[in-house]
Amino acid sequence: MTQDRRAILGFLLAGVALHVGLALTGLWYAWAWPAIGASFVLLILICERIGRHVPVRARKTYERTLALGFPVLLLAVWELAGALELISPIWFPPPSAIGRALWDVSVNYDRFSETSLLGRPWLIPQEYAQGGLAAVGTLLSESHLLATLGRVFAGFLLGAIPGILLGVVMGLNQTVRLMLDTTLAAIYVLPKIAIFPVVMLMFADPFGEGPKIVVVALSVFILMTINTMTGVRNIDPVYLMAGRNYGAGPLQMLRHVILPGAMPVIFAGLRIALGTAMIVIISVEFLRAKQGVGYMTFYHWEVLVPEKMYAGLVVVMILGVTLTGLLHWLQKRLMPWKR
Amino acid sequence: MAPSDPKISARNVTKVYQTASGPMTAVDDFSLDVAEGEFLAIVGPSGCGKSTFLRMLAGLEDISSGQLTIRPGADPSTPLNSVVFQEYAIFPWKTVIQNVAFGLQMRGVSERARMDVARGWLDRVGLAKFADHYPHQISGGMKQRVSIVRALANDPEVLLMDEPLGALDAQTRVVLQEELLRIWEETRKTVVYITHSLDEAVLLGDRVVLMSAQPGRILDVYQIDLDRPRSIDTMNLPAFAEYRAAIWDRLSAEVTRAMEMQP
Ligand SMILES: Nc1ncnc2c1ncn2[C@@H]1O[C@H](COP(=O)(O)OP(=O)(O)OP(=O)(O)O)[C@@H](O)[C@H]1O
Ligand SMILES: [Mg+2]
Repeated sequence: MTQDRRAILGFLLAGVALHVGLALTGLWYAWAWPAIGASFVLLILICERIGRHVPVRARKTYERTLALGFPVLLLAVWELAGALELISPIWFPPPSAIGRALWDVSVNYDRFSETSLLGRPWLIPQEYAQGGLAAVGTLLSESHLLATLGRVFAGFLLGAIPGILLGVVMGLNQTVRLMLDTTLAAIYVLPKIAIFPVVMLMFADPFGEGPKIVVVALSVFILMTINTMTGVRNIDPVYLMAGRNYGAGPLQMLRHVILPGAMPVIFAGLRIALGTAMIVIISVEFLRAKQGVGYMTFYHWEVLVPEKMYAGLVVVMILGVTLTGLLHWLQKRLMPWKR
Repeated sequence: MAPSDPKISARNVTKVYQTASGPMTAVDDFSLDVAEGEFLAIVGPSGCGKSTFLRMLAGLEDISSGQLTIRPGADPSTPLNSVVFQEYAIFPWKTVIQNVAFGLQMRGVSERARMDVARGWLDRVGLAKFADHYPHQISGGMKQRVSIVRALANDPEVLLMDEPLGALDAQTRVVLQEELLRIWEETRKTVVYITHSLDEAVLLGDRVVLMSAQPGRILDVYQIDLDRPRSIDTMNLPAFAEYRAAIWDRLSAEVTRAMEMQP
């Protein structure tokens, strides 16, 4: 106890001494990054010593503080580094500037591209009074966020449901599996964005929503087929025997044995598919779109407004985290036996 | 057919597996009748084809040659057989009570009715408290009881049990043997019961079939004329020890032979 306390004090003093010493000798600017790195190492050593003495009931709070406190600290260092011009505030705008830009794109309407990030939901009552639901639709159709969300959702559903069904068939039927396995494996390794031009050719309006949704659907489909097939094949055959022996027909087998048996692997697949869907949709929006979070991000890079570009990236991050959370919630509802 | 006909009849049943190293005969020329209400125990060295025979009897595996039938009962809606699998095979994604009610659910019995039946069986084996638990939350012994009760709740013409007490510690095993005896006395179902334990076979069985190691053949059939109802105390009778010793003579020779056959 006292030993740890002494160690903590020692590390703290070492950290302060390091920075003060560098500052006094005028070397701080030249050595700022190594010094900051060393400070982080000292911080880890200090936190570890503190962690040893956290009482059990405060454990959760301590863990949460570490998990959330560290990112906040990183942002603070970033902010400070910008202010001290250790990094270029133009190319790496500090978090405060990104926050302001995020606020800016959220509340303002871009007259030039006729878009806004959220679709200005605060105007909904007013529009509804004037033009009914149709006017609300027009208003929301200007939203980058909703455009991206819509594409991801549509593509996800369109890809996941047939993918799971085909995966079940391939998992159960050896003939179908042998016939399709190689093809799927070959398409699987192909970066889906590379087939985007081909998909565009298949549509009357190559620049419309169709190709974008289909590209997302295709990548989700391939992944879900392969994952579901693996999940179904990994079901212990004794469960299939039990299902049959207790009189389950084909549909009952699917509902009571095969789908729940493959569910853990299916959900692992959905998690990966979500990540892939995000990559695909953002890249597609970089390439060919007049709307969408990806478009907004790329547009602000082209017109050299880095903080708004970062704001776009933050939105992508929030979107990804939210959708993953949604999937997690769904998993808890559908798989209660895994706690 | 007349009621005196055998409930189960096996005629020259053979199972040949096609393996990478050529055909392998798992069960060879197996002929046997089981009477209605009989408790038949099968013992034999590991790998001699006991589970294979049971799976064929349950219709879960093709028969290479021969004939294997279970005579249907008066009520055509009663399932022919229900298996208690060696690996329990209770569904991890269903609660204890849902597992027990599974067979009834598959046959379209209403939710109310099947839950009542399942709850009744869980009560009888002291698992009522765990009705809404998932299998991963209960012990191995409880899982095995759930798997036994799932078969009983299905109320089949014949009960096929594959080492239902195999993976249990000695104490739990004795308790469940008593429980099985009690339940069987009450229901008097036709049972085919596979076990590794000679004690268990003699204690539970009306007859004990001894199988040989690869290929699995019938070596001998022993009639066990111990009085019913039996209990754990039956094991202290001199007659019990005699049966046990007689079967063990043959079995130990067979087990030694089986071990020497291993590459
Ligand atoms: N699907 C299969 N394909 C090929 N060989 C098999 C298959 N299933 C079982 N066997 C073989 O058939 C033989 C009998 O297996 P079985 O599982 O019926 O034995 P068992 O008597 O139940 O053994 P244990 O007492 O260990 O459960 C074994 O040698 C096994 O390797
Ligand atoms: Mg076996």
